[in-house]
Amino acid sequence: MTADQDMRAMMATLPVPELEGRPFTAPPALAGATVAIVTTAGLGRAGDEAFGLLDPGFRLLPHGETDLRMSHNSQNFDRTGLMLDRNVAYPVDRLAEMAAEGVIGGVATNHVSFMGAQQELDTILLDTGPAAARVLREQGTDVVLLTPV
Amino acid sequence: MKEVAQRMPIPRALYCDFPLGRPLGRPDDPAFQRRVLDAAFALLDASEPTLATYPETILDEVDQPLACPMPARLDPSLAPALAEARGLRPAFERAQAGGLRTDVDVEVVEEALFAFGRVAAGTPWEEAGIPRNPIDAALNVRAYYEQAATALAGHVPAARAGESWFARETAAGALVHDAQQAMKDAGAPFPFWFYLLPASQHRLH
Repeated sequence: MTADQDMRAMMATLPVPELEGRPFTAPPALAGATVAIVTTAGLGRAGDEAFGLLDPGFRLLPHGETDLRMSHNSQNFDRTGLMLDRNVAYPVDRLAEMAAEGVIGGVATNHVSFMGAQQELDTILLDTGPAAARVLREQGTDVVLLTPV
Repeated sequence: MKEVAQRMPIPRALYCDFPLGRPLGRPDDPAFQRRVLDAAFALLDASEPTLATYPETILDEVDQPLACPMPARLDPSLAPALAEARGLRPAFERAQAGGLRTDVDVEVVEEALFAFGRVAAGTPWEEAGIPRNPIDAALNVRAYYEQAATALAGHVPAARAGESWFARETAAGALVHDAQQAMKDAGAPFPFWFYLLPASQHRLH
C-alpha cells in the first residue's frame, strides 16, 4: 500500500456527522456562472493569522492575490505539489483561463480557504461554514469548486 | 476520501484517486488540471446528486525518496542538522520567492533543531525549549526542508518523495526521529510525539 492508501483506509473508518437533507440546486449555465474556490489547503494572505491547531476558521483570498501562505498543520499529505504550483489545490489560473475562454461566466471576487484535518466539525457546521457561505453568496457566487486537502 | 463522500449528503462530487495534497493531480501540468476541472464542472449538468470517479489514478511514491543534492558541510563545529539547515537557506529563499510560500519561520527552524537535539540527548521535552509547540516546531522544520528541496530537485517531485527525503535522508529528519522516540518513551502527550512526523515515516518501537 502507498502512504495515501494507508491514510485513506484509516480515514474511512472515522465517523461522519449526520446531516439532515441533501442540498441540491440547479445553478445557472456554467458559461454565465461566477465560480469561487473553497479549499481546505490552509491558505491565507501574507499578514493573515496562520491557521492554528484544529483551527475551524476561514480566510478570504482575493482573486488575483499572489502573495499567499500555506499554514496547514497536518503532517499527512504531500506539500511539495502546492509549493511548486498553487493550482494543484487552488486552481485560480485555470479558472481565469476558463473565464477568458467563456467556459465559465467569471471568477469570484474572493475565494475561501479553510484548513483540512479537522476532528470536531460543529464550529464549521454552525458558525464559520455559514459565515463563509454568506460571503460567497453576497458577492454573487453561483458555483463553488471545493478542493479538499 | 471516497468512502466519506459516499456517506455524506454531497450534491456533486468527483472522486479523484490522486495523492493527498494534490486534488487537481499534477503540479505544473495545466492541461491535466484542466481535464480534471472539466470533469468536475460537467457534474453541474446532473439532475440528481452525483458521485463520479475520475478515470485516471496517480499514486504517491513514499518509498522513493527524492534525489536531492545537499549543501556541503562547511563548518564542522556545527551540529550536523544545524549545518545542513543553514546550508539549505539559499535554496529555501529561492523557493519561497518562486512558489507558494509556506508559513515557515526560519528562526523557529533553528530553535527547533537545537531543542529536538536536546530531547534526543535526554533532556525532558518540556524543558528543552521547543518553540511554540512540538507539532508546529516539527512542521516548520519539515516545510523548510521540503521547500528548499523544490528548488534543488530540478523537477517536479512525485508526491511524498520530498517527505521521504526529509525523514530518511537528512540529518534533521534523523534528529526528529530520535526526538520522537524519546518523547514517546517519556510519556509525552500522544499528539505531541505522534505528529512530529508523517505516519508513513514512523519507525517507533
